[in-house]
Amino acid sequence: MTQENKNDFVVDVRNLHVSFRTFKGYTHVLNGVNLNVRKRERISIVGETGCGKTTTVYSIAQILAQNARIDSGEIYFNGRNVLTMPNKELKALRASGVSVIFQDPIASLNPVFTVGSQMKEVIRYSGVEGAGDKKVQEERTIAALKETHLPDPERIMNSYPFQLSGGMRQRICIAMSLSTPRDLVIADEPTTNLDVTIQDQVLKTLKQRVQEKESALILITHSLGVARQMADRIYVMYAGNMVETARSGDLFRRYCHPYTQGLMQCIPKLSGGGISEGIPGHLPNYMDPPPGCRFAPRCPYAVPECRQAQPPLYEIEPEHYVSCYRYRDQASGVMGEEV
Amino acid sequence: MAVKIIKRLLSYVLVLFGLSILIFVLVRIMPGDTARIALGARAPEYAVEALREEMHLKDPYPVQYIYWLRDMLRGDFGDSIITKRPVLQDIKSYLPATMELVVLSSIILVVFGIVLGVVSTKYASKWQDGLIRVLSYFGIVAPAFLWAVLVMLLFAYLIPVLPVSGRISTGMTPPPSVTGMYIIDYLLSGDPAGAWDAFQHIVMPSVVLSFAGLSQGARITRSSMIDNIKKPYADAERAYGIPERKILFKYLLKPSMNSTITTMAMDIAGIFGSAYLVEQIFGYPGLSSYGLSAMMNKDVFAVSAVIMIEGVIIILFNLISDLIIRALDPRVRLAEQ
Ligand SMILES: Nc1ncnc2c1ncn2[C@@H]1O[C@H](COP(=O)(O)OP(=O)(O)OP(=O)(O)O)[C@@H](O)[C@H]1O
Ligand SMILES: [Mg+2]
Repeated sequence: MTQENKNDFVVDVRNLHVSFRTFKGYTHVLNGVNLNVRKRERISIVGETGCGKTTTVYSIAQILAQNARIDSGEIYFNGRNVLTMPNKELKALRASGVSVIFQDPIASLNPVFTVGSQMKEVIRYSGVEGAGDKKVQEERTIAALKETHLPDPERIMNSYPFQLSGGMRQRICIAMSLSTPRDLVIADEPTTNLDVTIQDQVLKTLKQRVQEKESALILITHSLGVARQMADRIYVMYAGNMVETARSGDLFRRYCHPYTQGLMQCIPKLSGGGISEGIPGHLPNYMDPPPGCRFAPRCPYAVPECRQAQPPLYEIEPEHYVSCYRYRDQASGVMGEEV
Repeated sequence: MAVKIIKRLLSYVLVLFGLSILIFVLVRIMPGDTARIALGARAPEYAVEALREEMHLKDPYPVQYIYWLRDMLRGDFGDSIITKRPVLQDIKSYLPATMELVVLSSIILVVFGIVLGVVSTKYASKWQDGLIRVLSYFGIVAPAFLWAVLVMLLFAYLIPVLPVSGRISTGMTPPPSVTGMYIIDYLLSGDPAGAWDAFQHIVMPSVVLSFAGLSQGARITRSSMIDNIKKPYADAERAYGIPERKILFKYLLKPSMNSTITTMAMDIAGIFGSAYLVEQIFGYPGLSSYGLSAMMNKDVFAVSAVIMIEGVIIILFNLISDLIIRALDPRVRLAEQ
């Protein structure tokens, strides 16, 4: 970590705090998120519903809702701070740097425009060579649809989203996100709303396409199993913090944070009941979150110190960080600090 | 598809048939002796009796209705008791003025209603949105004739920049009649100054007439757009770097138009109703003023014809709005197949 410079990452998020204005006041959702992705790396964010996964990636793509407020922190994209970027550069970032695939394939395509016209529009604003040329748009659209294993691209281009199946629509979203080169693809639970039988195929296509196009990937999922299958590294998120991160293999070999341990124990139940059933208690109220470690109220090992200050991310083996005081003694370093 | 259209047309015919019965009943139960009013108090009884005979007023109501319907289908709406001319001829001379008013105020209604709706969406919960909200509540609650008086006070009296009444200034000659709408006819005859004069006369009443529908349209456009702005496709479009303005005016507006178009069509139909008073206030010689004086004078044929014609026009607006929705929304268009 310390030898690496922010330029080596496609994305480097540091100590990000984000809150939302609501009727009752501000909810402090992201509480110092740290996350980075190398070029061509695939990472996954895992955590129970409401822990702030979407908020994290929306911050990166700069598509947060109007009532969101970034309180502090830095977000570097290819070494440039997104939060202080001039508007023009931000536009370029959106047009050609990041693309986002959403959870709901039904709602992620505009219902009253044809698939083809939407895909062409994306290419048009991507800044790729010949982007303004109708023929280039057409060719790239057809190529992208074919590469995503969609049959009969011509027909699909002339169809409206509601005329196609969920699996096809999600493939179209993948095709769209990779119709021009992207440094980073963000997929926010891209298969939750699909048939179980189709989920696997769509994920495979996604992985394959990202690899072929040499993009980096951030995949959000509820499922540690999916994360392991798809990602080089996994981030475990709880209540606005990354509580543990490690290479996929390492994490399954040695999971340390009490929350990760809880998650691992309920893996067989994941598809049915969901994470929160495995661990007693529930997410804190973001309006008035606990001052120290946000997991402390649910943690069987909590000591008074946990309730006072949030533990930093201790490095316990290469690229394996845990935000828990129990690992302070074995730590070789702390994320964000020189050793 | 063809079956759909035939069904639709059939339903319009049924509506018009129902409307004709309603009009007939309403007009016949208006108090007063039609023939006596027509000839005046001093006319001899035998003349009145002859007129009653001629107008089939002595036959039973169903028979009267059938005569009336038969004549109407032949294009004969009867003679006006007041003007003594065929009603159809009267309508031909008054309708274009009202149509000009309604068309202009529909354009104002549609354009400003949609633009204000988009602007309030763009500035949701900011002061611009608040201002538009308050103004549109005023537009919705206050009736058109109130605005007519206010606007007239403001622009014709306090800041006298616009003429108070009529279709053109005194001393101007009306344009050679092609459409009957003065602005267009002046332009066709190559007289822009005349068109400008006609426009100055028509602008206040048409703005006033558009207020209610415009306000409602803006509110409805805003609310459907705010619904859609939360959809992932809107986020995706932003994330792909499509310009904000294009997202608002193209990608969010189009899927949000259905309820806007439906209510606007009804509001435009409602303009005919409001036009009665507004034409009176602005001394604007349109069909509504004609209809109103016909009503006051129990001019049975004129009243029936005016209402009937407005019914047809309102149905036409309805049909047009349906067609626009079908053209804009593939979900509606293709769901039928
Ligand atoms: N625009 C918003 N206004 C107010 N609160 C918000 C907004 N967006 C998100 N939140 C809140 O922030 C918290 C985190 O939301 P987020 O969508 O990031 O969770 P998530 O981890 O993606 O959950 P899920 O797995 O259900 O998608 C939730 O409590 C949510 O209610
Ligand atoms: Mg989410």
